[in-house]
Amino acid sequence: MKILVCISKTPDTTAKIEFTDNGTKFNEAGVQFIVNPYDEWYALVRALELKEAGKASHVSLITVAGADADPIIRKALAIGGDDAIRVNLNSSDPYSVASQIAKAAADGNYDLVLTGKETIDYNGSSIGGMVAELLNRPYVSLATALDAEGGKLSVNREIEGGEEAGELSIPAVISCQKGMAEQRIPNMKGIMGARTKPLQVIEPESSTPLTEIVRFEMPPAKAGVKLVSADDPAELVRLLHQEAKVI
Amino acid sequence: MILVFADQSEGQIKKQSLEAMSYGAATAAQMGTTAEAVVLGTADAAALAVLGNYGAAKVHHVPAASYDNFDASAYTNALANLAKELGATVIVLSQTTSGKAIGPRLSARLKAGLVAGAVALPDTTNGFVVKKSVFSGKAFAHVKVNTDIKIVSLNPNAYGKIPADGAATVAIHDIPFAGSGITVKSVNKVKGTVPLSEAELVVSGGRGLKGPENWHLIENLAEAIGAATACSRPVADAHWRPHHEHVGQTGGAIAPNLYIAVGISGAIQHLAGVNRSKTIVVINKDAEAPFFKAADYGIVGDAFEVLPKLTDAIKQMKAGA
Repeated sequence: MKILVCISKTPDTTAKIEFTDNGTKFNEAGVQFIVNPYDEWYALVRALELKEAGKASHVSLITVAGADADPIIRKALAIGGDDAIRVNLNSSDPYSVASQIAKAAADGNYDLVLTGKETIDYNGSSIGGMVAELLNRPYVSLATALDAEGGKLSVNREIEGGEEAGELSIPAVISCQKGMAEQRIPNMKGIMGARTKPLQVIEPESSTPLTEIVRFEMPPAKAGVKLVSADDPAELVRLLHQEAKVI
Repeated sequence: MILVFADQSEGQIKKQSLEAMSYGAATAAQMGTTAEAVVLGTADAAALAVLGNYGAAKVHHVPAASYDNFDASAYTNALANLAKELGATVIVLSQTTSGKAIGPRLSARLKAGLVAGAVALPDTTNGFVVKKSVFSGKAFAHVKVNTDIKIVSLNPNAYGKIPADGAATVAIHDIPFAGSGITVKSVNKVKGTVPLSEAELVVSGGRGLKGPENWHLIENLAEAIGAATACSRPVADAHWRPHHEHVGQTGGAIAPNLYIAVGISGAIQHLAGVNRSKTIVVINKDAEAPFFKAADYGIVGDAFEVLPKLTDAIKQMKAGA
C-alpha cells in the first residue's frame, strides 16, 4: 500500500496575524512557518506507523506551494517519509490545490491519500473531500483512528455528537485529527537524512481557480474585560442578563 | 433558486440546518429568488414543515431509508442531481461534520466554488463575495466565487435561526443511493446531552479545577443556566473529562453565545477553538492569566468560592424572572 500524505506550510499557531497592501496580503514579516499541525501530528505520523508495522510499503509527502515551502517539507521529511513532491503552484483556491494533489496521486498510483482535518490558516477542511471526488474514491472525514489489513481499512470518524466506526477498501482518501497518532519530535538522524531524501518539483497542471480571496479583515478589537468582584457574582449575572443578553 | 441542505437526525431537522435555511432565505430575498430545502432520509410531514417556518418555499424530500445513514458520496450525488435538475444557483449547507464531508465533494463534482466557514450573508453588489473565518478565528477573508453555481458552508451559530411566516410545499424525489462502499460497523453517540457544536451556552473547566472530583461545580453552574460542559486540553489528556468535551485547536472549535471559562489560563491554542464565542467570561484566580485579554467579563477569584456563589445567583435570577 502506497500512502501520499498532504503537507501544508502554515504560520505558527502563535504567529501575529497582520495584513498589508490594503488588507489584501498576509504580512509574512517576522512570521515563523511550520508544518500544518494536523498534517504533521496525525496524517504523517499515522502513515509512518503503518509503514513501520509493515502495512504500508511507501510513504510520500506532497505539498502544493512555491519554493519557500521547501524548508517546511524538509522539516516534515525529518520526521519521516521516503520522498516528497512539491507542485510549484501558489494558490489560496482549495480546488486548484486539490486538482494538483489528485493528479499526483493518480500518476503515482497511491492507494491512500491522507490529509490533516484542516489547515490552521484557511480552516476550510476542503482538500480531502475534493481530492476524493476528483479521484472518485471514498472519503472518510475527521478520522480519529485508522488501521489497515490486506487492502481493508478500518476507520473511526467523528460524527455530530459522537463517533462512528467503519470499514472500507483502498483506494481511499482520509482526513485525520486528534486520536489518530501522537506527535513525534524529529531526531538528529532524521534531520540529517531529510537533507538527501528525494524532493521532486513538478510544474502544475493548468486549472482554473473557482474562488479567490479579495481581501482580509481583522475582527473588531475587544472593548477590554469588565472585571466583577469575586464577592459579587450577582453583578456578573446582572451584566450577562441585561447587558450582554446571553442568559 | 437557492438550495439549502437540511440535515436530519432521527427524523428531526438539525438546529444548524434551520440556521442555514434562514441564511438561504435571506440570501434569496437579497437576490430576488426563492429558497428551497433538501431533506434526505426518513422525516415526517411535521419535521419537513418546520423548514417552512424558517423561510423554505418548498421542501424536496428524498425519503429512501438508505439515506438515514450518512454517506458523503451518496449525499453529494443526491444534492448534485437536485441542484442541476432544479437549476440552483446557490447551495447552502452548514459547516458541521456532515457539511465538511459533503461541501468539498459537491464543489469538485459541480465545479462550483465553495466558501467553507462563512460567517455573513454574501455581498452581491459586485459578484458574489462571502466573508469567512480564517487563521483559526483570528481574522476574516472575503472570498469571491467565480463560478455559475456557488456553494456556501455556514459556520454554526454564525447567523442565527430566524423564524419566518411561511408554509412549504413538499416534493418527493426518488434518487438511487450511490454509496461510497464504507460499511458502518458501529455508531457511538453521547446520549441525552446537547452536542457541544450546537450549544448556545457553554461552561468550560481547566486545570484550575484540580481534579475530576470537583467537576460538579462546573456541572451545577451549567445546569443552572442550561449550558453544555467543555474542558481544556490538559483536562482531557489527564482523562478527567471525555475527549469529546475538549475544545481548542486540537479539539473542537465552538462559537456559542456565551463561553464561561473557569480555571483555564487561555493559551493561544485554547483560544483558537473558542475565540468566535460571542461573549466570553473568564474566572481565574491569576489576574495575569492571558485569557482575561480575550474576555468580555471576568472575575479574579478562587473557582471553588466563586462557582457556588455564581450558581446561586443564577438560580435566584431565574427564580425571580
